[in-house]
Amino acid sequence: MTLVKKTAYAVGLPLALIALWWALSRNTTNFYVPTPNELFTAFVDTWIGERFRTDVLPSVARFAVGTGLAIVLGIAAGVWIGSVRTVRSLLEPMLEFFRAIPPPVLVPILILIIGANDRMKVMVIVVGAVWPVLLNTIEGVRSVDSVLLDTARTYGLRGATRLRTVILPSAAPQIAAGVRQSLAIGLILMVISEMFASSSGLGFTIVLFQRSFAIPEMWSGIVLLGLIGVAVSVLFQLCERRILHWYYGQKEVQHGR
Amino acid sequence: MTPTSSAPPSTGTAPPPSRSRRRGTAVPSGLLGAAGIAGFLVTWELVVRSGLVEPQYLPAASTVLAELASIATTAAFWEAVGWTLRTWAIGLAVSGAAAIVLGLVIGSSRFLRRATHSTVEFLRPIPSVALIPLAVLLYGTSMQATLLLVVYAAFWQVLIQVLYGVGDVDPVADDTARSYGLGWTARVRYLVWPSALPYVMTGVRLGAAVALILTITGELVIGGGGVGTQIALAQSGGAVPEMYALVVTTGLIGVAINLLVRAVERRALRWHVSVRREAVA
Repeated sequence: MTLVKKTAYAVGLPLALIALWWALSRNTTNFYVPTPNELFTAFVDTWIGERFRTDVLPSVARFAVGTGLAIVLGIAAGVWIGSVRTVRSLLEPMLEFFRAIPPPVLVPILILIIGANDRMKVMVIVVGAVWPVLLNTIEGVRSVDSVLLDTARTYGLRGATRLRTVILPSAAPQIAAGVRQSLAIGLILMVISEMFASSSGLGFTIVLFQRSFAIPEMWSGIVLLGLIGVAVSVLFQLCERRILHWYYGQKEVQHGR
Repeated sequence: MTPTSSAPPSTGTAPPPSRSRRRGTAVPSGLLGAAGIAGFLVTWELVVRSGLVEPQYLPAASTVLAELASIATTAAFWEAVGWTLRTWAIGLAVSGAAAIVLGLVIGSSRFLRRATHSTVEFLRPIPSVALIPLAVLLYGTSMQATLLLVVYAAFWQVLIQVLYGVGDVDPVADDTARSYGLGWTARVRYLVWPSALPYVMTGVRLGAAVALILTITGELVIGGGGVGTQIALAQSGGAVPEMYALVVTTGLIGVAINLLVRAVERRALRWHVSVRREAVA
C-alpha cells in the first residue's frame, strides 16, 4: 500500500506532464517543439552508438577529471588556509574576489594562455569549480569546535592523525556543501568550454544541431545533459549519505524525527 | 574573528608563543588582507616583467589596471555594466518572485509537496547552459535569451530554500495558530513567512550569485550586449589588456553584488537571533 502510494507520488506529476506535452503537440506542427515520439527516436538515433563514444564519454571524462582535481585541490588548500590564521586573513579578500568572478569568463583567458585543447577544457573546470570547495573547507576548518581541538591536543593527537580524526570529520558537512556547488559549476563549464573553439563534445554537438536547425536532435541533447546532471546529483547524494551518515543520524536525533 | 570573541585564553588553537602575537594581529586583519591583495598584484607584475609569461598572453598588472582606468572613462563601458546589472536584476526578481510564491503554495500543502518532489529533484540539476541552444532559437541574441538562462538557474536555488524554510515551521506554533483560527493567508503572513525568511534570504543569496554567472555566460556565448559580450569582442579582436580589464570588472561586480545581498539579508533579518547575536559579539 505505502509502496504503491510512494510510486504514485513519484511518477504521477511527470506522467501528467508528459501526457500534457503529448496532447498539446499531437495536432500541431510547431517547428520548435517535437512530439515525445520524435524526441525519443532522435535521442536513440543520435546518442546511442558512435557518438556516445566520440562526444559524450570524452566530455564526461573531462568533467570527472576537472572536478576531481578541483575537489582535491580545494580541500588540501582549504585545510591549510583554514588552520593558519595569518594566511587566512592574508588571502581572504583575494579569494573573495576570485570567487566572485563568473567562471565562464575564464574560457577566453585560458584559450589565450593554453590554446583550445583538452588541457584548456579541464583547466577551465578546475579553475572554476575549485572556489566553492576551497571557501567551504576554509570555513569548515575554521569553525571546528575549539574544545574538540584542545582535547585532541591534550591527548597528543597531531599531524595526520589530528587531520584525519578531528579536523576533516568536523569540516565534512561544510565541505560536502561546497562539493555540491562545485559539481554544478563543473557541469556548466564542461558545456561552455566546448561551445568555444571546439570540434567535439556535448556542448559543441548541441550548438551544431541548433545552428543546423535539427530541432529534435537539439532537444535530445538538452535531455541528455539533463540526465547527466541528474545522474551526477544522485551519485553525489549516495556518496554524501555514505560518508556523512553519522551527521544525518545526529541531525535526525536532534530534530527528534 | 573579532578580538573580543577570541580573547578567552582557552580558545587558542595555536601554540602559546604565537598566541600573544595573534592577539596583536587580530586587529589589523583588514590590513593583512590589503597586504594580500598588494602581494598578489606585485607577484603578477613581477611574473610578467621577468619574462616568465609572455605579455601578449598575460599583460602586467599595471597594464591591466591602467586599461581598466581608461575604459572606465568611456560611456560604452558603463552602458555594458548597466546592461549586465539590469539583466541580472530582472532575472533575479522574476525567478525570486516566482520561486517564493510557488514555494509557499507547494510547501504549505503536504500533497503538493510529495507530488512535486520527484519533478523538482529531476529538473533542478539540469545545467541551465543546456538551454542555450533553445534560448537562441526562441529569442535570437536579445536580452530575453540570456534572461531565460538566468531565470531557470536562479529559480531552483530559491525554490529549494523556500521549501526547506516552509518545512521548518515549528509544528507547535502551527497548531497554535490553527487553534486560534488563523486562516491560510494569516498563517502565511504571521507564521510561515517569518519562519522561512532566513531560508529565503539564503536562497536569494545563492540565486544572486548564480544569476550573475548565467548573465555573464549568456552575454559571452549568446551575445546581445553587456560585459560578457564586450569580453567576447575583446577576445576576438585580440585586445588582450582590455579583455583582462573586463574580467577584473566582472569580479568587481560580483563582489559588489555579494556585499549588496549580504546587506539586504542583514537588514531583512535584523530581528532574527543569528543577526542579533552577531551584532552583540
